[in-house]
Amino acid sequence: MATVTTSDGLADATGIATHAAETPGMPQLNFDHWGNQIFWLILALIATYLILSRVALPRIGAVLAERQGTITNDIAAAEDLKVKAQEAEAAYDKALIDARAEAQQIVAQAKADMQADLDAEMSKADAEIAAQVAESEKAIAEIRAGAMDNVQAVAKDTAEALVAALGGTADATTVDAAVDARMKG
Amino acid sequence: MATETNGAETGGLEFHPMDQFIVSPLFSDDASVAWYTITNATFWMALAVLATFAMLVLGSARRSVVPGRMQSVAELAYGFIHKMVEDICGKEGLKFFPYIMTLFMFIVMANFLGLIPTAFTPTAHFSVTVVLALAVFITVTVVGFVKNGAAFLSLFWVSSAPLALRPVLAIIELISYFVRPVSHSIRLAGNVMAGHAVIKVFAGFAAIAVISPVSVLAITAMYGLEVLVAFIQAYVFTILTCVYLKDALHPAH
Repeated sequence: MATVTTSDGLADATGIATHAAETPGMPQLNFDHWGNQIFWLILALIATYLILSRVALPRIGAVLAERQGTITNDIAAAEDLKVKAQEAEAAYDKALIDARAEAQQIVAQAKADMQADLDAEMSKADAEIAAQVAESEKAIAEIRAGAMDNVQAVAKDTAEALVAALGGTADATTVDAAVDARMKG
Repeated sequence: MATETNGAETGGLEFHPMDQFIVSPLFSDDASVAWYTITNATFWMALAVLATFAMLVLGSARRSVVPGRMQSVAELAYGFIHKMVEDICGKEGLKFFPYIMTLFMFIVMANFLGLIPTAFTPTAHFSVTVVLALAVFITVTVVGFVKNGAAFLSLFWVSSAPLALRPVLAIIELISYFVRPVSHSIRLAGNVMAGHAVIKVFAGFAAIAVISPVSVLAITAMYGLEVLVAFIQAYVFTILTCVYLKDALHPAH
């Protein structure tokens, strides 16, 4: 209660009625102190205002704006990349389809080439076979002709032998003629 | 003195709930306080300024795009008041953003620092809140007349009411306009002072051993309430400032 006592003393000294001291209630209503508080309050407010308006608020505002800018840029970049990815996917799909078509074309081409080769080989083989057949037939014909000659010779020999055996005298020219006649008949 | 006498009669209880509001010089035993004397009020106001500086300037010192904890707090305070001013006053109100931010930061810091035990709370003083409220009142009135000229008076002329009622309403509006600084200042100082005084009263009861646990619980509860009040009253003061400023910028009803 030191303060109250002093204010008592002050009041006595200045001769003012001791009303304030009798109601210890509200120091807020001690108007002697208002000047002091108002003075320091105004100083504090000016200091706060200068700190805020010169340094703090522009700085925080700039940081927030910068962040907003960064976010906007990043979103735009992400959109760009998304579009690019879609384009790349489309290009990839197109390349795949092209490649597939090309592959099918190559397969068809290869098939056709092989067919042509095969056909050529087949016809060549056929021709060779035909040639061989003809040759063989010729050989058979020769063989057959040879065989007829042999048969004729054998028949003449046999006829001479038969004529001799039957006691005739085999005239070679007659026998030959007879045999030839028989062979033709 | 009366409380002391009463206290003595009721068995050693001493209540001095208002002593915490006494302004006294810091560096002199002489109790006289001139306007320039460095007092406890000076000290705690200076602390409020320092706390504002620490929170907003030191907090944002790194300017990082991805904020740390301190910077988040600074940005939160900035965004909170910035949005309030923009929502209520519109874009042209943002000119007054540093001014409103100054009021809010000073009040909120003074309120919270005042919650430290044995602290002095500048915002529990009418001398402080009256100056704050008058500053708002004068700013609003000057801005209103500068921006709108005589059209600012349409604030008192309720054009949506029937013609016969308008003079009556004009008187009521005029009175309410001039009551604004009174309610604006008394609301803040009254709330802060009442809470602090009630805590002191409960603390006085703690001298009785039987009651002291209840007293301590009551102090704890009151303290929690006071933490809310410290913020809410700063918020209310600021939002009312915005509302009054809106009247100055757009006086039409």
